Amino acid sequence: MESLETLSDPALARQSLEAVVELAGEFKKKFGRVPVLMEVCGSHTMAFAKSGLKTRLKDHVRLIAGPGCPVCVTDQKSIDAMIQLAEGSNRILCTFGDMMRVPGSKVSLMNSKTDGKDIRVIYSPLDSVKIAEENPDKEVILLGIGFETTIPILTLAIREAERKELKNYSVWMTTKLVEPVMRALLDSGEVKLDGFILPGHVSVVLGKKSFDFLVEDYQISGVITGFEPVQLLSGIYKLLELLLENKFDVLNDYPSVVKDEGNLTAQKLLKQYLRLHDEDWRGMGTIPGSGLVLKEEYAQFDAKKRYEVSVGEPRKTKCRCGEIIRGLINPESCVLFNKGCTPAHPIGPCMVSTEGTCAAHYQYMRGE
Amino acid sequence: MVQKIGLAHGEGGELTHQLIQDVFVKSFGHGVQTKLDSAILPGMINNMAVTTDSFVVNPIFFPGGNIGKLAITGTVNDLAVCGAIPRFITAGFILEEGFPVNDLKKIAQSMAEEAERAGVHIVAGDTKVVEKGSADGLFINTTGIGELQETHRPNPEKMKKGDVVIISGTIGDHGVSILGARNELGLMTDVASDCASLNHLIQDLTNEVGDIRIMRDPTRGGLATTLVEICEDFQVTIELGEDSIPIRKDVQGACDILGFDPLYLANEGKMVFIVDSSLAERAIHIIKQNEFGRDAEVIGQVSSLESGKLLLRTPFGTTRRLQRLSGMLLPRIC
Repeated sequence: MESLETLSDPALARQSLEAVVELAGEFKKKFGRVPVLMEVCGSHTMAFAKSGLKTRLKDHVRLIAGPGCPVCVTDQKSIDAMIQLAEGSNRILCTFGDMMRVPGSKVSLMNSKTDGKDIRVIYSPLDSVKIAEENPDKEVILLGIGFETTIPILTLAIREAERKELKNYSVWMTTKLVEPVMRALLDSGEVKLDGFILPGHVSVVLGKKSFDFLVEDYQISGVITGFEPVQLLSGIYKLLELLLENKFDVLNDYPSVVKDEGNLTAQKLLKQYLRLHDEDWRGMGTIPGSGLVLKEEYAQFDAKKRYEVSVGEPRKTKCRCGEIIRGLINPESCVLFNKGCTPAHPIGPCMVSTEGTCAAHYQYMRGE
Repeated sequence: MVQKIGLAHGEGGELTHQLIQDVFVKSFGHGVQTKLDSAILPGMINNMAVTTDSFVVNPIFFPGGNIGKLAITGTVNDLAVCGAIPRFITAGFILEEGFPVNDLKKIAQSMAEEAERAGVHIVAGDTKVVEKGSADGLFINTTGIGELQETHRPNPEKMKKGDVVIISGTIGDHGVSILGARNELGLMTDVASDCASLNHLIQDLTNEVGDIRIMRDPTRGGLATTLVEICEDFQVTIELGEDSIPIRKDVQGACDILGFDPLYLANEGKMVFIVDSSLAERAIHIIKQNEFGRDAEVIGQVSSLESGKLLLRTPFGTTRRLQRLSGMLLPRIC
């Protein structure tokens, strides 16, 4: 196990940074351009911005943020539906904090809370089960948002509600899967990439093998990477090495927590409770089999089956989050960035989420 | 302009700043005396400093203190950072029907003890009770009156390139303490709040060193927001060294788990000082003599007198700009 002290060792980080810059120079000499790498994890996006690495490397390695923030990739209609859910009477809506300020077409959950709706920020899905138990006369709905990192914990909450025979508990599943969206990105050919910085936390659940499709089907490399500066640099370094050797591979550079097979217990939970579903993504439309919803036998916990919502076409804005999550433009290219759209008054979800590309840019790279 | 007040308006970050600008500055103006934590009232015998504050912390009791102790320390510190000697405090209590009298006694006792430690007198008070559900247990509003010592008044206009930034101790303790005490996060932390009256520490420093450019207590919004405000108000660029900012390991650990940045978490017993670089060593020595300044460190310097930016230099040589707290959801911390 790597110790955190080692991972945050400044001398090691400085050496790693120099090594990456040198290798990126070799790449430029060989191919006549800078390498283009995409991170598909919102925590990586934040870590690159917060550590200053994205700014420091901008002339050497182009880092593009991909569709790795669960709030940002949630379709506007889904967001409107979730906000409408809160309007019903006798309900307690439980959500992760990130969702509170995401703008719907008219209001956000924060506005609904200010108007007196019972909306509670939870830190673990299991908290929502406890709330349902303590409030038997209320309908408790958990907003189930997230990638493979979060989904197993959502199923744990459902299992706990099942065990406690709760009749007043359900989950509004709007979950997303990483592989289908990566395939959709690569199939579209919209972005030209040299490699992927692969998500560390998702890989803990899925295992290294789940990304082998990159080499088998697309001839593109990826490195599973941790989140400390030294780990981020190591991931980039290993990708550059592969590129310079004209090799295609998926490497696990986060072996302390990521195994080949992943977390089999978590995978079993997903199989037990959930089935594949065609999910809508912001800016990308419907991607077949890119989400998970509850199986029919668990319909009692499926908020989408229990509650009727009807939302119209979302309000059109100049927000370009859809292009930002596909890595097509930088936040600064959006006319709203830091003008109409700020974390205090967000217009698009990428500005709200703690993993959002615009939020990272606003907080750590604005005005540079 | 938003139509309704949201919780985020109380976080001490960008939204708070906008609300103050859009509502209060528009109505009350923004005179020179309102730029600091206390207003300096000229024309009185020995210029007076006055400050007012409200305390709505949840939970009311937390490791290292309670709302009463916090009301005294917060008010004392707001006076002390302006170079005033805190003398008198008034306290108004808004109590919710059903609040336990025993808890109120404990809180009053804490206030008395802290006032004695700080050398201030609680001289007037008021009590109102509202129906159950109209308040959350207990709110306290204070007014603090201090006697200004002209020789000890900070001189922010004298700030120059090379001046050093000092923090009197570890950051984020109070924020993590409150997060832990709320027990919403399953955090196994026993971090105690750092809430403390720092007027004696400040007094020692100003007596010995004098010439303090500016001092601020980095409460809501944390160290980063406080320094951004200084940079913007006085158009200086400050560069901090990330690895010189003292942070307790358990505070850093809690922040890592919860996704908070300690630079933006509240402190209730810390001071930021900017002093001439030639006085830095002496200043640190004096601050460390005080029990609330043991972990004091030089954390950065004024790097230019141009555009008001706060920069953070990471241990491996990258630099990033720090902004005000923006869009974080934090619990009621003071």
